[in-house]
Amino acid sequence: MMLGKTAGGLFWMFRNIERAENTARLLEAGWRIALTRGDEGTNEWQSVVITAGMDVAYRQKHDVYEAAPVIDFLLRDKDNPSSVLNSIESARSNGRMVRTALSSEVWEAVNECWMALKSALARPVSERNLYEHLATIRYRTSVVRGALHGTMLRNDIFAFSRLGTFLERADNTARILDVKYYVLLPSAAFVGSHIDNAQWEVILRSVSAARSFRWLNGGDITPKGIAEFLIIDKRMPRSLAFCYSKICENLNDLADDYGQRHGSHDLAETIGRRLRGCGIEEIFDEGLHEFLTNAINDTATLASLIQTDFRFFQ
Amino acid sequence: MSKSRPTFDEMLVGEETPRPPYSAYHRWFSNEDLKDLRRKSSEAEAFFRRIGITFNVYGQADADERLIPFDIVPRIISGREWSVLERGIDQRVRAINAFLHDIYHRQEIIRAGRIPKEIISKNDAFLPEMIGVNPPGGVYTHIVGTDLVRTGENEFYVLEDNARTPSGVSYMLENRETMLQMFPELFAQMKVRPVSSYPRLLRRSLADCAPPATSGRPVVAVLTPGIHNSAYFEHAFLADQMGAELVESHDLSIENGRVAMRTTQGFQAIDVLYRRVDDDYLDPLTFNPDSMLGVPGIMDVYRAGGITIANAPGTGIADDKALYSYMPDIVEFYTGEQAILKNVPTWRCSEADSLAYVLDHLSELVVKEVHGSGGYGMLVGPAASKKEIAAFEKKLRARPSNYIAQPTLALSTVPILTKAGLAPRHVDLRPFVLVSPNRIDITPGGLTRVALKKGSLVVNSSQGGGTKDTWVLGD
Repeated sequence: MMLGKTAGGLFWMFRNIERAENTARLLEAGWRIALTRGDEGTNEWQSVVITAGMDVAYRQKHDVYEAAPVIDFLLRDKDNPSSVLNSIESARSNGRMVRTALSSEVWEAVNECWMALKSALARPVSERNLYEHLATIRYRTSVVRGALHGTMLRNDIFAFSRLGTFLERADNTARILDVKYYVLLPSAAFVGSHIDNAQWEVILRSVSAARSFRWLNGGDITPKGIAEFLIIDKRMPRSLAFCYSKICENLNDLADDYGQRHGSHDLAETIGRRLRGCGIEEIFDEGLHEFLTNAINDTATLASLIQTDFRFFQ
Repeated sequence: MSKSRPTFDEMLVGEETPRPPYSAYHRWFSNEDLKDLRRKSSEAEAFFRRIGITFNVYGQADADERLIPFDIVPRIISGREWSVLERGIDQRVRAINAFLHDIYHRQEIIRAGRIPKEIISKNDAFLPEMIGVNPPGGVYTHIVGTDLVRTGENEFYVLEDNARTPSGVSYMLENRETMLQMFPELFAQMKVRPVSSYPRLLRRSLADCAPPATSGRPVVAVLTPGIHNSAYFEHAFLADQMGAELVESHDLSIENGRVAMRTTQGFQAIDVLYRRVDDDYLDPLTFNPDSMLGVPGIMDVYRAGGITIANAPGTGIADDKALYSYMPDIVEFYTGEQAILKNVPTWRCSEADSLAYVLDHLSELVVKEVHGSGGYGMLVGPAASKKEIAAFEKKLRARPSNYIAQPTLALSTVPILTKAGLAPRHVDLRPFVLVSPNRIDITPGGLTRVALKKGSLVVNSSQGGGTKDTWVLGD
């Protein structure tokens, strides 16, 4: 038994932590492309902003997509609700709200994460220091997750925290793929050679999977291979299938614990089954873009269903 | 009491000789390197920030959360000194609870002519809604923080009885935790009585007062105004330490005649609510209709025995300034004993003799408005100019009953660590008291507040005050 407000606080705390981490990864991928591709690379900054889901907000403040404004907008702009700084600030403020549900290790990790990033991001970050700052973000958020794993009871508190993490991650992976879906279409393989290799590289780097993909595929990079890896490969901890298996697992734990099933259980099972049941060929036949759009919408629907099923709000 | 008397320092007699409770500490200190200690001092600050013991500053949305400065030199009280305080506090708190019961029932003390009727009936802190109500377990003030000051070897005075929602206990606990981490060797050498049982005792005394509607193990919750409240850290800390839920008003509603919290599985009734919300905001249906911090209808549930509210509504009448000067009479009336702890002598200007004395001695006295707070509308004689005194005299003559006067106390000092080494600063002490139906627990220690500015007597954290760990020795 826990307060609905507490469940919501945990869910959002871990969504925000995950979001900050994903934004850092996205920036790193974009920055790398910009460095290695000379002039053409500047276009990459736009797709970084779109992937972060913040294009409209960005255009209200900036006219051009360049390294400095994009980096600043995504890392520390107060007007961007999803900036790393805002995400960490709301994670910490949710953490404060649910302080009694957290072990002191988790609380201190999120509090220190906030203190470290607040001071690191107090001033604009130059490209020269970007890598170091992105590393700090990934390191600090990892400590929070590690503390959760190492010190928390496996009960409803844990389940709501993990639901927040995996819903955010599923949404993020689907969006990364959707922004780049055109380079993954079968025809792209023919268009292709080296230019699009760089695009695939961005996709893999955005989910920290460049190395593991190569390791599993022996260097054989194909659009289908990448899509398969990020959508249905359950070994890949950021794939949609993996995220949904975790979402179902945690929702089922809640059902066992509470002795009650809700609409969110059924929806999650349906989505999970679809991901398990389909091959990559089918997805491409159905249309990759349509598939990903559905995945993004389903994930949003599921998130709001969880919030009402477990009474996060009045 | 006279101004010329030297200030009592709790550590040192003269320049070099420590008083007995400090002898072991003083020996240890003499062998320490000042630089090392200064470094420890900044480590302590980092520790407080990391665990988030901060307070919010009102009206500054973007301001940083502040730390209350912590001084690493402990305030040490001998076991013998403590046992006197303990008996005195116990007596005073028993009297306060008996007084509250009486004042909301037969009002024998008024019938006996020991306190004037108007002082109760015309007082905002007196809640007519509580007349005839019997709080579960008969306890009104589950938690009390008695503010004490010291002026000499055996001279302790009660400054205030904080019988509403005293705060600061989290500092008592975290200050100790910090000291244990930084100076384990001192605790190995000296017998310092632990304070760590406070949260467990708090939970027990709350659970012992569960209302008639309770079935099974009492469900305890802490009601906070929310994360923007200046004491939010403490609310979360206590809930966490007790294993109780931390709730805000929007988590609560009245379901089937009980106060219930909205959980992931529906509503769960609360048996005991440790509220850190003032009376005024507790129930918009009964008190302040604009309150967003309370629970509409909670007073009806309370009166029907559906919930215990701690502290009970209406306890503020016991620590009201207008009542303060009657405390020795109140203690005597209900316990049949002389008060062990002294009250600061108080002249009630409503009485002709007292008024004459006060008018003659304005330059030596502190004159306060009976219903004022926060230092407003007050004259500090020794610090005031002739002009200010003359102006105040006019106000006093016009409405004498609106004022009380007290001598300026020479608060004791305890050294703090400065760049130049130890330097004496004025302190006060707030021990924390828990009241159960059959017992009173006083945690050996408390919150020592210290004025960090040289010569200052103001210990409030909002005015640059800090805190110290308070050690009661097991001698």
